[in-house]
Amino acid sequence: MGKRPAYSNLCKAIEAGHFVFTGELEPKKILSLEEILHSAEEMKKTRKIVAANVTDGPQGDAYMCSLVPSYLVQEKVGLEAVWQVTVRDRNRVALFGDVIAGAVLGLKNILTLTGDHTSLGDHKKGRVVYDIDSTQFCEMLSIMIDEGTDYEGNEIEGGKIKMNYGCVANPNSNPREPEILKVGRKVEQGVDFIQTQTAFDIDEAKDFLKDLEQFNVPVLLGVFPLKSYGIAWYFDNYIPGVSVPKDLLKALKKAEKDNKGNKPAKYAALDKINIEFFEPFIKEIKKSTKAAGVHTMAVEYERLFEPLLRDFPEYVK
Amino acid sequence: MIITQLKDIEEIYGYIEPYNKILIAGCDGCCQPPRSLNEAKLLGQLLELKARTKGKDLKWKAITVLRQCDDRIAATTVRPLVEDYEAILTLACGLGVVMMNKVLPQKLTFPTQNSMFGGAQSNGENNFIELCETCGDCIIGETGGVCPRAGCAKHLSNGPCGGMVDGMCEVRGYTVPCAWVEIWKRLKEFNRLDLFKKYRGPRDYRTSTSPGYLEVYKEYTNVEEEKEEVKG
Repeated sequence: MGKRPAYSNLCKAIEAGHFVFTGELEPKKILSLEEILHSAEEMKKTRKIVAANVTDGPQGDAYMCSLVPSYLVQEKVGLEAVWQVTVRDRNRVALFGDVIAGAVLGLKNILTLTGDHTSLGDHKKGRVVYDIDSTQFCEMLSIMIDEGTDYEGNEIEGGKIKMNYGCVANPNSNPREPEILKVGRKVEQGVDFIQTQTAFDIDEAKDFLKDLEQFNVPVLLGVFPLKSYGIAWYFDNYIPGVSVPKDLLKALKKAEKDNKGNKPAKYAALDKINIEFFEPFIKEIKKSTKAAGVHTMAVEYERLFEPLLRDFPEYVK
Repeated sequence: MIITQLKDIEEIYGYIEPYNKILIAGCDGCCQPPRSLNEAKLLGQLLELKARTKGKDLKWKAITVLRQCDDRIAATTVRPLVEDYEAILTLACGLGVVMMNKVLPQKLTFPTQNSMFGGAQSNGENNFIELCETCGDCIIGETGGVCPRAGCAKHLSNGPCGGMVDGMCEVRGYTVPCAWVEIWKRLKEFNRLDLFKKYRGPRDYRTSTSPGYLEVYKEYTNVEEEKEEVKG
């Protein structure tokens, strides 16, 4: 951990030396949080997932904002949120306002992101904001946390906000050097942790983690268990820079075809493929890298956590 | 150059539908592709045909102006003609449309173009491209001559985002190079990655607050001072 105290359970667990796991929740175009709260419950039950990311309009789609679901997941379920905030839709004034609101609501982690461009989403004609970029947002958060002022130095009544924040890094980035240099600049701003985009290639992931070691900041490596062939296909085709291994795609497709009409058998077959792929993957990351943990982006796929993490110890109170 | 795109003929005709006699003014200024006398004549012919399909006999005259965005040039060229016409159509960019309305207030001037951007011409690839967005806060000196404001869809100041794949940008389907990868390549070539690594703080948007304004003679205040010194 850097100079800053660990305010969040996530950062405290990392500081205590646990190999941590985080999950992911995605508020969508929906008038209910039932599914999200249910997923959060299931994550909490494992006692192995210390916090869950709550996404902020991924792929540029117009979804429910991430602030309220983050708060409710903490309040109703008791699972800590990693509140994702992109700089796509809000200028510095709105970002500041949201962050202090989040602080008042007891949120402890922010994940800073640039955010996918609206031209990828479902409101393609929309205007993007990007008043400040994600690096500048890191600087703004450091000022709010360490100095207790807004970006222009005006005091926040009540003082410093008690939060930790992270930035993202992309192991699939090609060329990689500008990405590493960019992460370095965010580290200079004072990030508490780094969370990576999903990795499927173990050698590439290890190599990337090696490149990040120089920063001496805890890194959570992203993995993406594939709930269905459809999701895997979408991910492969539409998520920038991510390609799902062809063998994995084939296996998922076959599992769905072979078990058509038999849901339990299909689920069992899909889970088996994911466990066979990701269990050794995560174990290898734990064993042979300095990663602080793994971020599992298994959205609405909470049934996988128990079998996937069976060999890892409980550490969440 | 100001890059413009011709509006749909239906939209243009919609503006002039109430009139029977119009003046069509091309511009010899910086508009590209060319929006001059020939283009004005061509548009006149098209509108005349369009009017005929609606049973109307449209009268028009095509002229061209050296620079419609210069108030003196626009006024002196067009003012002697306007009385004979009910309305004006201009092929100039938005600057020309606004200026013509300003210096010839007795008539309405309508646009025929959508003004796209301040662009440069690339002859090899046969296209126009926005290389500068005139933001009023130039940082190209730190970025190897590649502008990350005009070049990056997210206007980032500190390097590429996660939407960069194999050096290309997520916007426009990975067909446009990521400006920040281009900047990195360029600075690396000259062993100036120190400039790439430099943290750039938030931009001061007061430099690009609309309407942009600059007093011409303020740029030359030193001339005044020199005069005073001579006097003294």
